[in-house]
Amino acid sequence: MTDFRHSFLPTVGEQETEILAALGIKSIDELFSDIPSKFQLKTRLKIPDSLSEIEVTRKIAEQLAQNWKSPKGEGFLGGGVWHHVIPETVKAIVNRTEFLTAYTPYQSEISQGMLQALFEYQSLIAELVELPVVNASMYDWASALGEAALMASRVTKRQKFLVPNLIAPNRRGVLNTYTNPAGMNIDSIGYDPVSGQLDLEQLKTLVDKDTAGVYFENPAYLGYLQSEVDAMAEITHDAGALLVVGIDPISLGIIRAPGNYGADIVIGEGQPLGSPINMGGPLLGIFASRDERKLIRQLPGRIIGLTTAQSSGQRGFVMTIQAREQHIRREKATSNICSNQALSAVTAAIYLALLGPSGLVQIGETILQLRHYAERQLNALEGVKAPIFKAPHFKEFVFQIKNPKHSNSAGLPIRTVLKSVQERGILAGIPLDQSFPDFGQSALVCVTEVHTQAAIDSLSKTLQQTMEGRQ
Amino acid sequence: MKFQQAKWDEALLFERSRAGAIGYSFPAVSKAVQQALPKPTSTLPKDLRRSTPPSLPELSEPEVMQHFVRLSQMNYCVDLGLYPLGSCTMKFNPPMNEEVIKNPQFSLLHPHQDCSTLQGILQIFYELQQWLSEITGMDDFSLQPAAGAQGELAGVLIIRAYHADHGNLESRREIIIPDSAHGTNPASAAMAGFDVVVVPSNEQGQVDLKALESAVSEKTAGLMLTNPNTLGLFEQKIEKIAEIVHKAGGLLYYDGANLNANLGRVRPGDMGFDIIHTNLHKTFATPHGGGGPGAGPVGVKASLAPYLPIPVIVFDGENYSLDIERPKSIGRTHGFLGNAAVLLKAYAYIMRMGWQGLHAVSDHAVLNANYIMKKIQGFQGFSVPYASGVWRKHEVVISAKQLEQDTGVNARDVSKALLDRGLHAPTFYFPSIVEEALMIEPTETFGKAELDRFIDAFREIVEQAYTNVDIVCKTPQNTAIDRLDEVKAAHPRTMALTWRMFQQSQK
Repeated sequence: MTDFRHSFLPTVGEQETEILAALGIKSIDELFSDIPSKFQLKTRLKIPDSLSEIEVTRKIAEQLAQNWKSPKGEGFLGGGVWHHVIPETVKAIVNRTEFLTAYTPYQSEISQGMLQALFEYQSLIAELVELPVVNASMYDWASALGEAALMASRVTKRQKFLVPNLIAPNRRGVLNTYTNPAGMNIDSIGYDPVSGQLDLEQLKTLVDKDTAGVYFENPAYLGYLQSEVDAMAEITHDAGALLVVGIDPISLGIIRAPGNYGADIVIGEGQPLGSPINMGGPLLGIFASRDERKLIRQLPGRIIGLTTAQSSGQRGFVMTIQAREQHIRREKATSNICSNQALSAVTAAIYLALLGPSGLVQIGETILQLRHYAERQLNALEGVKAPIFKAPHFKEFVFQIKNPKHSNSAGLPIRTVLKSVQERGILAGIPLDQSFPDFGQSALVCVTEVHTQAAIDSLSKTLQQTMEGRQ
Repeated sequence: MKFQQAKWDEALLFERSRAGAIGYSFPAVSKAVQQALPKPTSTLPKDLRRSTPPSLPELSEPEVMQHFVRLSQMNYCVDLGLYPLGSCTMKFNPPMNEEVIKNPQFSLLHPHQDCSTLQGILQIFYELQQWLSEITGMDDFSLQPAAGAQGELAGVLIIRAYHADHGNLESRREIIIPDSAHGTNPASAAMAGFDVVVVPSNEQGQVDLKALESAVSEKTAGLMLTNPNTLGLFEQKIEKIAEIVHKAGGLLYYDGANLNANLGRVRPGDMGFDIIHTNLHKTFATPHGGGGPGAGPVGVKASLAPYLPIPVIVFDGENYSLDIERPKSIGRTHGFLGNAAVLLKAYAYIMRMGWQGLHAVSDHAVLNANYIMKKIQGFQGFSVPYASGVWRKHEVVISAKQLEQDTGVNARDVSKALLDRGLHAPTFYFPSIVEEALMIEPTETFGKAELDRFIDAFREIVEQAYTNVDIVCKTPQNTAIDRLDEVKAAHPRTMALTWRMFQQSQK
């Protein structure tokens, strides 16, 4: 061990000897002598030998090359994490070591940069959702949903939480994980099979004096938009429950802000705002609420506030209302969250600062047009129906495969179709046959500004060839 | 060393906004796409159309760059120097790892892809599960939890699932936690639906066995413990602790925040722990990003593997796949696989260190903590409470109580005075069993010269405290701003959590 040297470890040779001498010991082993000997590891860890930097990067590049690689660029997979363009300036800033290698800004005077950036993140999201209170981030949309349900329950002292039947299965799974221990009941709201819209009549019967919150998403998991939002808010508030709305922030240049139609809590996924897909993480859980004391007191997570310096009077930023948090309140905290997704929040702040209002409107309109075009191209194919819901959509839609010769029966299995489209170089969508069997042989497709007309044409052409080749 | 942090009087983005400026633009769509839907927002129903664009600031690209680079200059980071926050393990974050994750064969991977297209990354994550198991002495891992606290929650939910499975959840309502534990422990236990029972530390700063014996009962679900504990002391009676808890029918949970002391020396699994979470953003060198993202994989002994959060990555000898068919699983804690990029960085770090490097990491981390203890404990006004003469592990907690009594300078003042010398402060006022606590964790990243800079700064602050209190109490002066009014920030009348809220309060 003594002759082992590593470029990350500065203490070698004389320095080590000097420290050992200052401690009055001969070897580092003595510092571990209080560990009962039966627990002291006698053999080396079965981890490979140390490698140099170039060996590590080569080896990992070789391993990553084992993943399938599309010859045709980004595919059309979404479903909670989506391909979007990332401006180079976002990457340049967020990779600065001052942000990257800092800890949580416990010492505010020496951490103003991160604190202001996070305050600006909160402020930018506040404008998007039109709610004045935003926290400094949750882990992802799914855990934000879990925390929102728990918060609604604490605020209202009620135990029932209503969610759409058609939400992402993994999001619903996390909601269950978070709410089961608290004894909450999660009930589902049905939908109109033609439009996907929530069944408001059923909602009226489901909402009662034990309902803590009603949750819906705009856009919904399957891509369509939920209208009659004002009526939903009214039904919810009439029962004294909180309205919780899930959003895709990149849609909010053109879509009405939930704060504008009565949402009490807004959550969502901030990954589209400048973060890569990265196999599904890190993501960015958005969490906002109305400015009301009984809500603010129950918020989960870190929050940055504006204040002034004690002697200079200069404006500055601190972590605030910490009396809700685990390091102060321990078992009575509103949540156990400590580390969050701060750097992803800064990423989102830079992204939104670059786009501004006009950029956000432009990206929203661009996405609407490209998705519409894709929908139309796919729907024109024989044996394909797109979208399956009669409703306006944002960036995702569901297409369904039918056997044209037997239009009433299911045709080719969707997985067979998707696989052979993939063999021709394109990831066309997420199969829904297992998660949403009601929709037959169908898939969720995502179209964003990363896709050109040529890419969409190539998708529809490949899909057509696949269908024909199989028939 | 003279230090002066940048002091930019940098306005908020909103205040810098100028109508008409743009910071980014997207290409126009092609003619055919345009013609298919000339007025895109007209397809939106009226009640969903946004009537006015959001009030975001308008800035050019160079202005945005300037703004954030100025902010970055007002932020301390571990690449600038010692960042000795106790239990936070602020070590060198290899730039290599940031390059590794930029590979498009990782960054473009989508979690909804079929596993057959993801064999490379799944193999990496499978090996990471195995390496973490080997390092901690566990049998299986789920990489899903997105941070340490979520790993803790997953761990306590496993305790819950275990007792539910054995028909004992109704009776086993209590999680026992030492008074020196991290705040996340009781918060996670409460989130998992348990009552928290606190056991005191004894005079040696270790779990009081008598108190533990009287705390356990047929109501005990488990014990949450970190070893070494938050005083940096190894719980020498860990075998007895495990025996008491197991005999009572409870499970032992290990808080992995302090794992940096143990690599290659001692393993939680061998000490009798049943469940562990690890903080990859601490021990395994992934950057903390100003508060996250981290990653908190949760590991278990084989008998508890059925309860792990899904998905777990499995290998059948030929193919890697995601195992989601675990009927006894606590379920999902994250929408997908967790903070995948963080997992990949930790994998690269372990590969770069190897078994020898990991062993050396703990050796040097412990060596450094004891060097700081040795030097500072001789300073007037400071003491090292609990277990005098016992070596610390990765961190040491000192008390400024005497200093406070002698001079009025408290742990907060000492911390602020350290900032003025271009050093980050230790964690202060934690653990609460030490008055005027300063919790110092230097990590292996810093050599003797940087440790001496810290020690010299301490010496200077002590001298000033006894000779010219005012100077210390007015610190920091060399940072971007002087001490901030935290009461004002949290007061309902002055509270401003966003620019929107601030403007509304001004009306």
